[in-house]
Amino acid sequence: MSDYVLQVKDLDVYYYTDAGIVYANNKVNFDLKPNERLGLVGESGSGKSTMALALLRLIKPPGRIAGGEMWLEKTELTHLSEEEMRQLRGREISMIPQGAMNSLNPILRVKEQIIDAMLDHNLGLSQAALEVRAYDALDAVELERKVATMYPHELSGGMKQRVCIAISIAMHPKVIIADEPTSALDVVTQRQVMQTIGRLQEQLGSAVILIGHDMGLMAQFVNRMAVMYAGRFAELGTVQDTFTGALHPYTQLLIESLPVLGHRGVFKGIPGITPLLRDLPPGCVFHTRCPKVMDVCQRIVPTWREYSKGHWAACHLHEQ
Amino acid sequence: MSNLLELRNVTQRFKTGTIAVDNLSFYVEEDRPNIIAVAGESGSGKTTLGLIALGFLEPTQGQVLYKGKAVKTLTRQERFAFRKEVQAVFQDPFAVYNPFYKVDHIMEVPIANFKLANSAAAAHRLMEEALVSVGLRPEETLGRFPHQLSGGQRQRLAVARALLMKPQLLIADEPVSMVDASLRATILESLRQMNDQLGITILYITHDLTTAYHVCDYILILYRGSVMEAGDVESVIADPQHPYTQLLIDSIPWPDLTRKWGQQEVIVEEDKSAKAGCKFAGRCPHVMAKCRQSAPPLYRLSDSRVAACYLYEDQPQLAGEQLGKLLEMHQPVMA
Repeated sequence: MSDYVLQVKDLDVYYYTDAGIVYANNKVNFDLKPNERLGLVGESGSGKSTMALALLRLIKPPGRIAGGEMWLEKTELTHLSEEEMRQLRGREISMIPQGAMNSLNPILRVKEQIIDAMLDHNLGLSQAALEVRAYDALDAVELERKVATMYPHELSGGMKQRVCIAISIAMHPKVIIADEPTSALDVVTQRQVMQTIGRLQEQLGSAVILIGHDMGLMAQFVNRMAVMYAGRFAELGTVQDTFTGALHPYTQLLIESLPVLGHRGVFKGIPGITPLLRDLPPGCVFHTRCPKVMDVCQRIVPTWREYSKGHWAACHLHEQ
Repeated sequence: MSNLLELRNVTQRFKTGTIAVDNLSFYVEEDRPNIIAVAGESGSGKTTLGLIALGFLEPTQGQVLYKGKAVKTLTRQERFAFRKEVQAVFQDPFAVYNPFYKVDHIMEVPIANFKLANSAAAAHRLMEEALVSVGLRPEETLGRFPHQLSGGQRQRLAVARALLMKPQLLIADEPVSMVDASLRATILESLRQMNDQLGITILYITHDLTTAYHVCDYILILYRGSVMEAGDVESVIADPQHPYTQLLIDSIPWPDLTRKWGQQEVIVEEDKSAKAGCKFAGRCPHVMAKCRQSAPPLYRLSDSRVAACYLYEDQPQLAGEQLGKLLEMHQPVMA
């Protein structure tokens, strides 16, 4: 069909709560090539983790994928049965979770946790072959082999995060979703973990979606970056495009709020607060905080448009 | 000139044998309000240092003095004043609130305990003032339950609570690490205003050197309980001299496309049992034989800067007890 490993078209994910419908993802569009690193930034509550769960079809009621398509190569994910999806998870598309501290089973040895996921996918391997794979995965994330027989509590935060990475790459998935994989780690460990993810991504030829709110990490790690606000994509482009030629005022404000060397003591937050996802303003969702707001922004939802090759945005400022 | 708070040869050794703070001395002066960052990786002892300064933890060795008197021996009345004048803001804006009480509770209790107001109306006015000063709208905050506020709002409320007490010293332990990037600036700006306008000294404990760079005047870099480098934040961050500081700065993912992170190789320590010598020796790219024999003293790199590293041994030494002196030399320059 194409050279994309993942294509998302008009994805809607809603949570049907008693208080009303929460529009967590609203007409999200993007695609991903093999070997590519895409960053997904946004404030908490902007829908980025929902997006990750949707790609894995792990949205739980009252939430559900309300519309749109997700193509993993030639497979459309939204119509797969639960069992078919389960076989894809981990093998074709996998996730490095946020907070490695809490995602490992405290009473299983590291090795068993790596093998456990593979056992479930009927790889047709013997126990011995599975063990070899588990040790390979540990080697790949630069952990010593003795870690295999250890329990999670014996490991440091950085080591636990590496174990989570080992589990998620053990079956060589085509798409790896990393949801704030280093948010609990300090800078040196963060850098080591990100370098490991980067190296594995290159070796496996996988595509990585890095979710987070650290723009610095994005600048240093990804090729393309998507900015999410209140469940919608505000902008998508190469890191170069978004950092040096941001189209959307929200992206511009985000970049201006970053601490850089040289301008010490200058603080610039974004005034206002994010709207509730179940009570979105009409028109552009950002118009309540936008310094460049116009009349039209309050009435009409801006169209998601490609302004230059690969540089997308949804903003009335740039509409002719 | 008297010292507001002084740590004198403080060592904290836990039962597990971990030495969280190792013979550290430091003081902040009463009439020279600064914002001082205590920075380091996890396990560097920075939170322990904060707990000791707050008087929550009694050090295994050494003394903590508040206005010249040992915190341990303060009278009931003095201790009461100490509790009022030394305030804290903690990392987790979710954990500090009791979910069963309205958020007003965390302000009402100190107002009642410290008799800050003599009528309900006066108490309410105090609360409103404190909220406004951190950029919160009282009508959107008071009367709510913690779960109805965002993390950023809750953290600002915690700052407002500290502010209410008109403290002289605020110990802020990772106050923005769990807050969204766009809100960080607002909270840090509140801290800066407290320092600027109210003359409150702030100990800003963090692992985030980028925010430290922007908010602080002065920085202490800790590694396993010892000071590796200290000085005015501008020169320490822009031009780190200690190999450990260099590693930290090199590992910051700056949001700057022209600046590549991770130029320096990270050395993994093989032998963690080494007792003597510089604590960073096992990971240091410039390690020398003498580094493994005895720990380096502080060498003065300039009037306002020291590093504990033999690379600078031709520079004059500064006794560990004199670390607070650096602050006297340093005239804070506001950007």
